[in-house]
Amino acid sequence: MPLIEIRDLHFYRGDRAIFKGVDLDIYRGKVTAIMGPSGTGKTTLLKLIGGQLLPDQGSIKIDGQDVHQLKHAQLYELRKRMGMLFQSGALLTDISVFDNVAFPLREHTDLPESMIRDLVLMKLQAVGLRNAKDLMPAELSGGMARRVALARAVSLDPMMIMYDEPFTGQDPISMGTLVNLIKRINQSMGLTSIVVSHDLEETMAIADDIYLLSDGRVIERGTPETLQNSSSEWVKQFMKGLPDGPVSFHYPGVGFEDDLLRSKAAK
Amino acid sequence: MDSIQRLGRWAIGTSERLGRGYLFLMAILAGIPSTLMRFSLVIQQLYSVGVLSVFLILISGLFVGMVLGLQGYYTLVDFGAEESLGVMVALSLVRELGPVVSALLFAGRAGSALTAEIGLMKSTEQLSGMEMMAVDPIRRIITPRFLAGFISLPLLAAIFSAVGIIGGYIVGYGLLGVDDGAFWTQMQTKTDLYADIMNGVIKSVVFGFVVTWIALFEGHDAIPTSEGVGRATTRTVVHSAFAILSLDFVLTALMFGEV
Repeated sequence: MPLIEIRDLHFYRGDRAIFKGVDLDIYRGKVTAIMGPSGTGKTTLLKLIGGQLLPDQGSIKIDGQDVHQLKHAQLYELRKRMGMLFQSGALLTDISVFDNVAFPLREHTDLPESMIRDLVLMKLQAVGLRNAKDLMPAELSGGMARRVALARAVSLDPMMIMYDEPFTGQDPISMGTLVNLIKRINQSMGLTSIVVSHDLEETMAIADDIYLLSDGRVIERGTPETLQNSSSEWVKQFMKGLPDGPVSFHYPGVGFEDDLLRSKAAK
Repeated sequence: MDSIQRLGRWAIGTSERLGRGYLFLMAILAGIPSTLMRFSLVIQQLYSVGVLSVFLILISGLFVGMVLGLQGYYTLVDFGAEESLGVMVALSLVRELGPVVSALLFAGRAGSALTAEIGLMKSTEQLSGMEMMAVDPIRRIITPRFLAGFISLPLLAAIFSAVGIIGGYIVGYGLLGVDDGAFWTQMQTKTDLYADIMNGVIKSVVFGFVVTWIALFEGHDAIPTSEGVGRATTRTVVHSAFAILSLDFVLTALMFGEV
């Protein structure tokens, strides 16, 4: 049975449909990647799973609980078992790295400070930043900030973790570090991971299962190998990074010739 | 037709914002009991909202009091009533200038800082991040700041009035030679604890409530971009100034029976 079941998900921003009937299953212990071109609503999907947005239709069940039917207190209880790594890291900028990782522990547990210290040092050791514990978030590089955010996201030992574009804007070393960390933490902590990304190579390296989203629907689903061998034109365009294909290079609208003729006629 | 549509859109937009502001306030008030249980959060904010505003209030209060001393003296001396300078300075400050000017300064110093801080926390996903860590940002971030603003402003207004009276005394006694015994005794006999001082305190409590609410709401409702946060900060100062001055008229009319 999947940990997360998404059924017939519809979501609109104003008149614009972001999701037009999405069905997704995310299995326990796996790394599931949600991929697709920019603007397909990948981050929106994470916010819907986390209960920060309400769908217009359909349901999202996590561990058997319908996220959008829960009361405020129940939703917050569920979120204690979920971790999320934001694209920006979303670290609290007025407190140190140590205090950021300690933040969920101090908010949700009555553990003595000595135990909190040990737990925080263990989490920071796991992401390789134990010696950066006294730095402020403004003193961290982008890659380091994400690793601290990862340590914070797993500080309460959640059952699942959601990564929002974890590889965007990273140098090759930080990228490699993050790829290894996501895989290693998923295995060692027995987590379920959802990675939203459009970085093909890195995501393919760690994903057990991939969903490709476009135009508000799931276009394809499969393992990295099956998607690479897919016969679908759309999947081929995405996997090979071709500039033109089913996803047009040009923003939809009036044709180029018509536009030129129209400007001549106007003169 | 366009102007009617624009008017309609403006009316709908304003009503929506007022509604959101009201709901936001209800959420803040609902968070007060749990925030009181963790009063250390409020104390941290009392420092950044209140203590860091003290210097501005001290300097401004001193100069406003000194100007009142000068202006009051030149008017009163024509009537041979310069001994009443103390009561004139004190009443002007505790009834009017103390609460109003300190609220305007508070909106510019602490209100704008609150809006920028909350707006930037929103734009850098810190508030979203907290929600996902199962920490309610209203209770953890907003309500402690609201209580700090609400507590700070009456205290700052009291400091403003006290320093202003000293400023008036320095000018009246030190520069212009007003009798210091008359300055203090007339002030003591003609300044009433309830009719004057308490009414001034009530004003500053109301201003503290409204200015902090506006500042926090503007930050929380800001469009999460640098331009959006900048606009929200400007709106905080402008809306606070309107609210302070209009409420001052209403409160003065109600409490002092001048209208």
